[in-house]
Amino acid sequence: MAEQTIRVLVVDDDRAIRRLLRTSLGAHGYQVVEAASGHEALEAVIAHHPDLIILDLGLPDLDGVDVTRQLREWSQIPIIVLSVREHEHDKITALDAGADDYLTKPFGAGELLARLRVALRHTQAQPGEEAVFTLGSLSVDLARRVVRVRGEEVQLTPNEYALLRMFIQHAGKVLTHHQLLREVWGPGYEHEKHLLRVNISNLRSKLEDEPARPQIILTEPGVGYRLRAAG
Amino acid sequence: MGVRTPPPRGKLKVFLGYAAGVGKTHAMLEAAHQRRDEGVDVVVGHVDTHGRAEMQPLVDGLEVIPPCRFEAGGAARPEMDIDAILARKPQLVLIDELAHTNAPGARHARRYQDVEELLSAGIDVYATLNIQNLESLKDVVVQITGVTVRDTVPDRIMDGIDSLELIDLPPEELIRRLHEGKVSVPDQTARAIQKFFRPGNLTALREMALRHTAAQVDDEMRAYKKAHAIFNPWAATDRLLVCISANPLSERLVRTGRRLAGQLDVEWFVLYVETPGAGALPEEARDRVARTLHLAEDLGGRSVTIPGQDVAEAILDYARAHNITKIIVGKSLGLRWQDLFRGSIVDRIIHDSDAIDVYVISARSSRVSPVPRMVPRAAQPWQHYAYSAALVVAVTLAGQLVRSVIAPTNLVMLYLLAVVIAATRWGRGPSVLSAVLGVLLFDFFLVSPQLTFRVSDAQYILTFIGLLAVGLVISTLAAREREQAETVRRRETYTGALYGLSRDLATTVDLGAIIQAAIKHVGELFHCDSAIFLPQGDTLALRACSPGFPIDDDGYAAANWVYQQGRMAGQGTGTLAGTDARYLPLKTAQSVIGVVGVKLVDEFQVLNPDQERLLEALLRQVALAVEATQLAEKAGQAHLLRETEKLQTALLNSISHDLRTPLSSITGALSSLRDDAGYLDEAARQDLIDTAWEEAGRLNNLVSNLLSMTRLEAGAMRLSPDICDVQDLIGVALSQMTIRLRSRTVTVDAPQSLPPVSVDLVLAAQALVNVIDNAVKYSPPDTPVGIRAYHERDEVVIEVTDSGPGIPQDGLQSIFDKFYRLQRVSDTTGIGLGLSITRGIIELHGGRAWAENRAGGGAAVSIALPAQHTVTQDGAHG
Repeated sequence: MAEQTIRVLVVDDDRAIRRLLRTSLGAHGYQVVEAASGHEALEAVIAHHPDLIILDLGLPDLDGVDVTRQLREWSQIPIIVLSVREHEHDKITALDAGADDYLTKPFGAGELLARLRVALRHTQAQPGEEAVFTLGSLSVDLARRVVRVRGEEVQLTPNEYALLRMFIQHAGKVLTHHQLLREVWGPGYEHEKHLLRVNISNLRSKLEDEPARPQIILTEPGVGYRLRAAG
Repeated sequence: MGVRTPPPRGKLKVFLGYAAGVGKTHAMLEAAHQRRDEGVDVVVGHVDTHGRAEMQPLVDGLEVIPPCRFEAGGAARPEMDIDAILARKPQLVLIDELAHTNAPGARHARRYQDVEELLSAGIDVYATLNIQNLESLKDVVVQITGVTVRDTVPDRIMDGIDSLELIDLPPEELIRRLHEGKVSVPDQTARAIQKFFRPGNLTALREMALRHTAAQVDDEMRAYKKAHAIFNPWAATDRLLVCISANPLSERLVRTGRRLAGQLDVEWFVLYVETPGAGALPEEARDRVARTLHLAEDLGGRSVTIPGQDVAEAILDYARAHNITKIIVGKSLGLRWQDLFRGSIVDRIIHDSDAIDVYVISARSSRVSPVPRMVPRAAQPWQHYAYSAALVVAVTLAGQLVRSVIAPTNLVMLYLLAVVIAATRWGRGPSVLSAVLGVLLFDFFLVSPQLTFRVSDAQYILTFIGLLAVGLVISTLAAREREQAETVRRRETYTGALYGLSRDLATTVDLGAIIQAAIKHVGELFHCDSAIFLPQGDTLALRACSPGFPIDDDGYAAANWVYQQGRMAGQGTGTLAGTDARYLPLKTAQSVIGVVGVKLVDEFQVLNPDQERLLEALLRQVALAVEATQLAEKAGQAHLLRETEKLQTALLNSISHDLRTPLSSITGALSSLRDDAGYLDEAARQDLIDTAWEEAGRLNNLVSNLLSMTRLEAGAMRLSPDICDVQDLIGVALSQMTIRLRSRTVTVDAPQSLPPVSVDLVLAAQALVNVIDNAVKYSPPDTPVGIRAYHERDEVVIEVTDSGPGIPQDGLQSIFDKFYRLQRVSDTTGIGLGLSITRGIIELHGGRAWAENRAGGGAAVSIALPAQHTVTQDGAHG
């Protein structure tokens, strides 16, 4: 799929997981570099310049969240957290620390590959340069601020539009409540979750066929929302 | 609440002297230095060197606990800081002047009480004491020296000491030291010193100290012999009985009894016989009896109160029943009129005592100070006399009217009636008055010649004598009847009160109700405000109190002290007397389970022995009831534990089956693929892979459910609720089930207008997933599943319906129980945790879950969550 070989750093202290990832990622043409601890990971980033990191949180020396923070001090390399920790708090912490996505074990290889592609797409092609975004029956003309569902123009409030545009910019990526509130409403609104709830509800009723079974704006329970990745 | 194991009791060593200046403090300090050199942790609790230079170096070598100060009469008096010592927890503490009386505001009224508390905290104590400060020697000391000693130490303290060291100095030497100024007695005037430090006095005191020490040594010898079975010293045990009355001299009897008992080394009892007339005794007399009995307990005797009609008989009965060999009685001060016929109580005891020795103690002494009267007597007897006199006058007037018709001798009957009425209604005195007055008026007005006391017919003399005698007898009998009735009524009140409380306590097992009942009954009976403290975790907390009860820090401190020590304290006791209420322990056989505070409404009211006993009995009942609830709670926990064990067994059984089933499918599929030598076609391979994948999903689901259940059971499931739309909740649940619902039509009816709910979205979604999963499991493939959300009253209900066979009637409740599984569908797997988890989660959110069968067939499982009405739509444009 890739024009040039994409290098993925797999950080996990469990050998079985590393072996599984090496096999399945290798089969899809990725070059895999492995690290079994936080310090090894940091060294590997410097030594091998990977294009993406798949990071476990429960490492023997450093916590994955700390690794993320340290990396983010000097690198914008995409990080996908892959962990058995399923509590939302852990997810939010990792995402707010700068991780791009979060996947809990056990995971499907297909799901991981999809998230991987999303994360890589954001670094390779800058979104927003494409004037028109389409997803299923939804199309958004970002230059002219026109939103259409099945060709019908839909009226959005400024906040609803701002939300939708942020989702499109990060299509396929989890956005935490904090990130959304801060970006759309501004700093100081991070805890006004009801604003988000009401606006998402309204957006869905305008965009979705069946708001109780959303296909465009997906809820990540306890963490935030995600725009479904195209394809 | 566990039973606290107290530290081993500390040891008390007393340095005994016969007067100030013999060198007790010096000896104690030297002994302390020796112990310190042996490596013992010694501190000085309180030592008064009286500014004497030769003592200072001895103190300087030791760690001194600084005294605390209490404001007393404008001047701050330094007192031993018992809390500091307890906190410092040395091995040995030095305390001068065991008999010292503490400043008001100190925890204990007396220093020996401080020492007792230190001992029970496991700290050894060295203390000094002068022989004249011993309670049982008080009278003797007064007789010899003419000085009344106020600060005394109860003999039980001395009986409990572990070692005694006599510090002796010849009296001449002491007097010489006094003149040289080496003896400091700062509080006494020179004259008093002169008076006290006479050779005669000192010799007598010295003898007492030597005797006491000798007796102590004797005791130790005997104890040693007994411990080593050298001979049996208990062949014939004497028992001593001291009989007391309300007489002020009774205290002396008690002290004498204690001395005699000490010399004979026998068990001794102090007996008070409560006659039916006791209720009529003045308050001060009853107080005195109570105090005398307290004194007896203090001195180590056993105090007993028994009811009895005839004092001498009651005493002898008790003595015979308890193998008493010696009785001590006091010589009565005055003779009562009955004694003329029956002999005095003392005479009768001596007469009927048979084998029992009777010691009669002289009553000659005027030094016993009368007790101040506490409360004016409430009754107004002069009114009763007036009534009975008026009654007699009325009878006379009536007699005057009918005199011409009825013979005067027959009118005597009317006077007798008046006597009876007076006796039954107003007691003995008024009835005697009416008898005497009746005779006089009868003679004066009705018997001819009238208006003179002369009598013409000598027959009337017999009538007079008859009337008087009958009147007196009737009055005595009727009055005694009345007093007995009074006693009975009083006892009945108490029995009734106890019964009332026990009935209230028996009808409830609720701790709150028990406490309320206790406060109510104690309050009604004693006219007091009360409070109950029970331990909560490590501290003692106020559970409930009546509105007028003063709650302050002092009260808490007192309650805590009582809880720790198991003895009463506060107002009216010798400990922490500065607090506004009295605090009593709630004691059961095993331990102290709480504390009751009692504040009498009338500040000067004193509880008489009867009331004290009643209060004690009430509190015992309350303690038992409280303990019973605590035991019930423990039994409940034990039951819960057994249930949990049963569950764990069931869980293990389920797990061994349900975890292995998917695991064997997975390993089976994988091994086929791994070992395949090319026989499997593409479809078969795909099928094996799908099987492994689905079974792995199921296994994962099972593990999650087990984890959730464990969290729910352990109470570790923490909610982080957010306001959330019901639509979103349903959407999240459905998105987690896409694969399971592949072959199903799912209809969703959830209008956007529904009020939001406050839920932990992750957990609530799991709850809903389990319900939907259940519907899928128990209905045929390809049949639709319906999800409907609606608003009803203040709840949002989500109903999941299927088109399966429904749920048997008796299963509608139990499908929410753990490990319940409908047996009919044989190929269904899962260990029946799903709906149980659902209910656990939903109830955690303050909601409820239920199941029913649909009219058109199929089952409907619903969950209801409290609706939220907080946020307006305005937020959308914010």
